[in-house]
Amino acid sequence: MAIIDLANPTRFLGIVNRVLPWMAAITLLVFAVGLARAFNAPDDYQQGATVKIMFLHVPAAWLGMMAWGVMSVAALGTLVWRHPLADVAGKAAAPLGAAFTFVCLITGSLWGRPTWGTYWVWDARLTSVLVLFLLYLGVLALYWTAEDPGRGSRAAAVLTLVGAVNIPIIRFSVDWWNTLHQPASLIRRGGSAIDPSILWPLLIMAIAFTLLFLTLHLAAMRNEILRRRVRAMRIMQAQELAEVRP
Amino acid sequence: MNLGPHADFIVASYAVTVFVVAALVAWIFVDFSTQRRILGDLEGQGVTRRSQRKNDQ
Repeated sequence: MAIIDLANPTRFLGIVNRVLPWMAAITLLVFAVGLARAFNAPDDYQQGATVKIMFLHVPAAWLGMMAWGVMSVAALGTLVWRHPLADVAGKAAAPLGAAFTFVCLITGSLWGRPTWGTYWVWDARLTSVLVLFLLYLGVLALYWTAEDPGRGSRAAAVLTLVGAVNIPIIRFSVDWWNTLHQPASLIRRGGSAIDPSILWPLLIMAIAFTLLFLTLHLAAMRNEILRRRVRAMRIMQAQELAEVRP
Repeated sequence: MNLGPHADFIVASYAVTVFVVAALVAWIFVDFSTQRRILGDLEGQGVTRRSQRKNDQ
Protein backbone atom coordinates (compact mmCIF):
# COMPACT_ATOMS: atom_id res chain seq x y z
CA MET A 1 0.00 0.00 0.00
CA ALA A 2 1.32 3.44 -0.91
CA ILE A 3 1.71 5.98 1.92
CA ILE A 4 -0.69 8.30 0.07
CA ASP A 5 -3.48 5.72 0.61
CA LEU A 6 -3.38 6.58 4.34
CA ALA A 7 -4.60 10.05 3.40
CA ASN A 8 -8.01 8.60 2.54
CA PRO A 9 -10.09 8.92 5.76
CA THR A 10 -12.06 5.69 5.14
CA ARG A 11 -8.90 3.67 4.58
CA PHE A 12 -7.26 5.43 7.53
CA LEU A 13 -10.19 4.39 9.77
CA GLY A 14 -9.83 0.77 8.65
CA ILE A 15 -6.13 0.76 9.51
CA VAL A 16 -6.72 2.48 12.87
CA ASN A 17 -9.42 -0.06 13.82
CA ARG A 18 -6.99 -2.91 13.15
CA VAL A 19 -3.91 -1.33 14.77
CA LEU A 20 -5.41 0.31 17.87
CA PRO A 21 -5.97 -2.81 20.07
CA TRP A 22 -2.38 -3.94 19.43
CA MET A 23 -0.97 -0.51 20.22
CA ALA A 24 -3.00 -0.34 23.45
CA ALA A 25 -1.72 -3.77 24.51
CA ILE A 26 1.93 -2.90 23.74
CA THR A 27 1.55 0.43 25.59
CA LEU A 28 0.24 -1.34 28.71
CA LEU A 29 3.07 -3.89 28.54
CA VAL A 30 5.80 -1.23 28.23
CA PHE A 31 4.20 0.76 31.07
CA ALA A 32 4.22 -2.34 33.29
CA VAL A 33 7.93 -2.90 32.60
CA GLY A 34 8.75 0.81 32.96
CA LEU A 35 6.90 1.23 36.27
CA ALA A 36 8.45 -1.96 37.70
CA ARG A 37 11.93 -0.69 36.76
CA ALA A 38 11.14 2.82 38.02
CA PHE A 39 10.04 1.64 41.46
CA ASN A 40 13.03 -0.68 41.77
CA ALA A 41 15.49 2.02 40.71
CA PRO A 42 17.82 3.21 43.49
CA ASP A 43 17.27 6.56 45.20
CA ASP A 44 19.33 9.52 44.05
CA TYR A 45 22.27 10.32 46.35
CA GLN A 46 21.09 13.93 46.73
CA GLN A 47 17.32 13.89 46.08
CA GLY A 48 16.49 10.55 47.67
CA ALA A 49 13.22 8.91 46.54
CA THR A 50 11.84 12.12 45.01
CA VAL A 51 13.83 11.20 41.89
CA LYS A 52 10.89 8.84 41.15
CA ILE A 53 8.90 11.92 40.09
CA MET A 54 11.37 12.28 37.20
CA PHE A 55 9.97 9.11 35.57
CA LEU A 56 6.70 11.02 35.03
CA HIS A 57 7.87 14.60 34.75
CA VAL A 58 10.49 14.16 32.00
CA PRO A 59 8.36 12.01 29.62
CA ALA A 60 5.40 14.39 30.14
CA ALA A 61 7.64 17.35 29.25
CA TRP A 62 8.89 15.57 26.12
CA LEU A 63 5.35 14.77 25.03
CA GLY A 64 4.18 18.33 25.66
CA MET A 65 6.81 19.51 23.17
CA MET A 66 6.46 16.55 20.79
CA ALA A 67 2.70 17.08 20.49
CA TRP A 68 3.35 20.69 19.48
CA GLY A 69 5.81 19.37 16.86
CA VAL A 70 3.12 17.02 15.51
CA MET A 71 0.65 19.93 15.46
CA SER A 72 3.17 22.13 13.62
CA VAL A 73 3.63 19.56 10.84
CA ALA A 74 -0.15 19.14 10.71
CA ALA A 75 -0.57 22.95 10.56
CA LEU A 76 1.66 23.03 7.48
CA GLY A 77 -0.50 20.30 5.94
CA THR A 78 -3.62 22.34 6.72
CA LEU A 79 -2.35 25.69 5.45
CA VAL A 80 -0.18 24.62 2.50
CA TRP A 81 -1.89 21.47 1.15
CA ARG A 82 -5.30 22.00 2.81
CA HIS A 83 -5.44 18.31 3.57
CA PRO A 84 -8.39 17.39 5.83
CA LEU A 85 -6.48 14.57 7.55
CA ALA A 86 -3.72 17.02 8.53
CA ASP A 87 -6.34 19.21 10.19
CA VAL A 88 -7.79 16.14 11.93
CA ALA A 89 -4.30 15.23 13.22
CA GLY A 90 -3.67 18.74 14.55
CA LYS A 91 -7.02 19.02 16.29
CA ALA A 92 -6.68 15.55 17.85
CA ALA A 93 -3.16 16.25 19.18
CA ALA A 94 -4.01 19.55 20.90
CA PRO A 95 -5.89 18.27 24.00
CA LEU A 96 -3.33 15.48 24.45
CA GLY A 97 -0.44 17.94 24.34
CA ALA A 98 -2.25 20.24 26.77
CA ALA A 99 -2.86 17.35 29.18
CA PHE A 100 0.79 16.20 29.14
CA THR A 101 2.05 19.79 29.55
CA PHE A 102 -0.30 20.13 32.54
CA VAL A 103 1.14 16.90 34.02
CA CYS A 104 4.65 18.28 33.41
CA LEU A 105 3.84 21.52 35.25
CA ILE A 106 2.15 19.83 38.22
CA THR A 107 4.75 17.07 38.69
CA GLY A 108 7.52 19.64 38.25
CA SER A 109 5.95 21.78 40.94
CA LEU A 110 5.60 18.79 43.27
CA TRP A 111 9.23 17.86 42.59
CA GLY A 112 10.41 21.44 43.06
CA ARG A 113 9.03 21.86 46.60
CA PRO A 114 11.23 19.22 48.30
CA THR A 115 14.18 19.80 45.93
CA TRP A 116 14.34 23.60 45.62
CA GLY A 117 12.14 24.59 48.55
CA THR A 118 9.48 26.18 46.32
CA TYR A 119 6.59 25.04 44.14
CA TRP A 120 7.14 27.73 41.54
CA VAL A 121 9.67 30.27 40.41
CA TRP A 122 9.48 32.56 37.37
CA ASP A 123 12.63 31.25 35.72
CA ALA A 124 12.97 30.83 31.96
CA ARG A 125 12.30 27.08 31.77
CA LEU A 126 9.21 27.07 33.99
CA THR A 127 7.80 30.22 32.43
CA SER A 128 8.31 29.02 28.84
CA VAL A 129 6.55 25.72 29.65
CA LEU A 130 3.67 27.69 31.21
CA VAL A 131 3.53 29.74 27.99
CA LEU A 132 3.34 26.45 26.04
CA PHE A 133 0.37 25.38 28.18
CA LEU A 134 -1.38 28.72 27.59
CA LEU A 135 -0.73 28.38 23.84
CA TYR A 136 -2.39 24.94 23.95
CA LEU A 137 -5.43 26.50 25.62
CA GLY A 138 -5.52 29.18 22.91
CA VAL A 139 -5.40 26.59 20.11
CA LEU A 140 -8.13 24.54 21.81
CA ALA A 141 -10.29 27.65 22.15
CA LEU A 142 -9.92 28.33 18.41
CA TYR A 143 -10.77 24.73 17.50
CA TRP A 144 -13.70 24.37 19.88
CA THR A 145 -15.38 27.75 19.72
CA ALA A 146 -15.15 28.78 16.03
CA GLU A 147 -18.57 28.85 14.37
CA ASP A 148 -17.05 27.88 11.01
CA PRO A 149 -14.77 24.83 11.62
CA GLY A 150 -12.67 25.63 8.52
CA ARG A 151 -11.83 29.15 9.70
CA GLY A 152 -11.18 27.89 13.23
CA SER A 153 -8.77 25.27 11.90
CA ARG A 154 -6.83 27.77 9.81
CA ALA A 155 -6.56 30.22 12.72
CA ALA A 156 -5.42 27.37 15.01
CA ALA A 157 -2.84 26.30 12.41
CA VAL A 158 -1.42 29.85 12.23
CA LEU A 159 -1.22 30.08 16.04
CA THR A 160 0.45 26.66 16.12
CA LEU A 161 3.17 27.73 13.68
CA VAL A 162 3.74 31.00 15.55
CA GLY A 163 3.86 29.12 18.86
CA ALA A 164 6.46 26.68 17.47
CA VAL A 165 9.05 29.39 18.20
CA ASN A 166 8.54 28.57 21.89
CA ILE A 167 9.80 24.96 21.53
CA PRO A 168 13.52 25.79 21.03
CA ILE A 169 13.15 28.47 23.71
CA ILE A 170 11.99 25.77 26.16
CA ARG A 171 14.76 23.41 25.06
CA PHE A 172 17.62 25.91 25.35
CA SER A 173 16.24 28.13 28.15
CA VAL A 174 18.47 26.38 30.71
CA ASP A 175 21.55 27.16 28.57
CA TRP A 176 20.64 30.73 27.55
CA TRP A 177 19.59 32.00 30.98
CA ASN A 178 20.59 31.41 34.56
CA THR A 179 17.72 29.22 35.80
CA LEU A 180 16.84 27.38 38.98
CA HIS A 181 15.90 24.44 36.74
CA GLN A 182 18.83 22.12 36.14
CA PRO A 183 20.58 22.11 32.73
CA ALA A 184 20.11 19.24 30.26
CA SER A 185 21.33 15.99 31.80
CA LEU A 186 20.13 13.43 29.27
CA ILE A 187 20.78 14.74 25.75
CA ARG A 188 23.99 16.74 25.98
CA ARG A 189 27.56 16.83 24.72
CA GLY A 190 29.66 14.16 26.40
CA GLY A 191 26.71 11.81 26.92
CA SER A 192 24.07 11.46 29.60
CA ALA A 193 24.90 12.57 33.14
CA ILE A 194 22.40 10.08 34.59
CA ASP A 195 23.52 6.76 36.05
CA PRO A 196 22.31 3.75 33.96
CA SER A 197 20.34 2.40 36.95
CA ILE A 198 18.07 5.46 36.67
CA LEU A 199 18.56 6.19 32.97
CA TRP A 200 17.10 2.90 31.71
CA PRO A 201 13.82 3.11 33.65
CA LEU A 202 13.52 6.71 32.44
CA LEU A 203 14.01 5.69 28.80
CA ILE A 204 11.48 2.83 29.12
CA MET A 205 8.94 5.20 30.69
CA ALA A 206 9.59 7.69 27.89
CA ILE A 207 8.85 4.97 25.30
CA ALA A 208 5.70 3.98 27.24
CA PHE A 209 4.46 7.60 27.33
CA THR A 210 5.22 8.04 23.62
CA LEU A 211 3.27 4.86 22.78
CA LEU A 212 0.42 6.16 24.96
CA PHE A 213 0.42 9.42 23.03
CA LEU A 214 0.42 7.64 19.65
CA THR A 215 -2.41 5.32 20.73
CA LEU A 216 -4.56 8.15 22.09
CA HIS A 217 -3.77 10.32 19.08
CA LEU A 218 -4.95 7.67 16.63
CA ALA A 219 -8.10 7.09 18.71
CA ALA A 220 -8.79 10.84 18.90
CA MET A 221 -8.24 11.16 15.13
CA ARG A 222 -10.78 8.38 14.57
CA ASN A 223 -13.29 10.27 16.77
CA GLU A 224 -12.67 13.50 14.86
CA ILE A 225 -13.26 11.80 11.47
CA LEU A 226 -16.54 10.35 12.80
CA ARG A 227 -17.52 13.80 14.16
CA ARG A 228 -16.97 15.34 10.70
CA ARG A 229 -19.09 12.60 9.12
CA VAL A 230 -21.87 13.35 11.59
CA ARG A 231 -21.65 17.04 10.70
CA ALA A 232 -21.69 16.30 6.95
CA MET A 233 -24.71 14.01 7.33
CA ARG A 234 -26.61 16.58 9.43
CA ILE A 235 -26.00 19.19 6.74
CA MET A 236 -27.26 16.74 4.08
CA GLN A 237 -30.31 16.01 6.21
CA ALA A 238 -31.04 19.73 6.67
CA GLN A 239 -30.65 20.34 2.91
CA GLU A 240 -33.03 17.48 2.10
CA LEU A 241 -35.60 18.81 4.56
CA ALA A 242 -35.29 22.29 3.02
CA GLU A 243 -35.93 20.82 -0.45
CA VAL A 244 -39.00 18.89 0.71
CA ARG A 245 -40.47 21.92 2.55
CA PRO A 246 -39.67 24.98 0.44
CA MET B 1 8.91 0.33 49.69
CA ASN B 2 10.21 3.33 51.62
CA LEU B 3 9.54 6.61 49.80
CA GLY B 4 11.31 8.69 52.43
CA PRO B 5 10.26 11.96 54.04
CA HIS B 6 8.77 13.36 50.82
CA ALA B 7 6.44 10.43 50.09
CA ASP B 8 3.42 12.76 49.86
CA PHE B 9 4.95 14.62 46.89
CA ILE B 10 5.79 11.38 45.08
CA VAL B 11 2.34 9.84 45.67
CA ALA B 12 0.62 13.11 44.63
CA SER B 13 2.64 13.21 41.38
CA TYR B 14 1.65 9.66 40.43
CA ALA B 15 -1.98 10.28 41.47
CA VAL B 16 -2.27 13.41 39.31
CA THR B 17 -0.71 11.65 36.32
CA VAL B 18 -2.99 8.61 36.67
CA PHE B 19 -6.03 10.90 37.00
CA VAL B 20 -5.16 12.97 33.89
CA VAL B 21 -4.37 9.90 31.75
CA ALA B 22 -7.55 8.13 32.95
CA ALA B 23 -9.60 11.25 32.15
CA LEU B 24 -8.10 11.39 28.63
CA VAL B 25 -8.82 7.69 27.99
CA ALA B 26 -12.38 8.00 29.35
CA TRP B 27 -13.06 11.14 27.27
CA ILE B 28 -11.84 9.42 24.08
CA PHE B 29 -13.92 6.29 24.83
CA VAL B 30 -17.10 8.27 25.57
CA ASP B 31 -16.58 10.50 22.52
CA PHE B 32 -16.13 7.43 20.28
CA SER B 33 -19.30 5.73 21.49
CA THR B 34 -21.25 9.02 21.20
CA GLN B 35 -20.15 9.67 17.61
CA ARG B 36 -20.85 6.05 16.62
CA ARG B 37 -24.32 6.19 18.16
CA ILE B 38 -25.20 9.44 16.37
CA LEU B 39 -23.88 8.03 13.06
CA GLY B 40 -25.99 4.91 13.59
CA ASP B 41 -29.10 7.03 14.29
CA LEU B 42 -28.55 9.14 11.16
CA GLU B 43 -27.97 6.06 8.99
CA GLY B 44 -31.11 4.54 10.51
CA GLN B 45 -33.02 7.61 9.30
CA GLY B 46 -31.69 6.98 5.78
CA VAL B 47 -29.23 9.90 5.77
CA THR B 48 -26.10 9.21 3.72
CA ARG B 49 -22.98 11.18 2.91
CA ARG B 50 -22.41 12.45 -0.62
CA SER B 51 -19.37 10.17 -1.09
CA GLN B 52 -21.42 7.20 0.13
CA ARG B 53 -24.08 7.92 -2.53
CA LYS B 54 -21.43 8.02 -5.25
CA ASN B 55 -20.17 4.61 -4.11
CA ASP B 56 -23.73 3.19 -4.12
CA GLN B 57 -24.45 4.37 -7.69
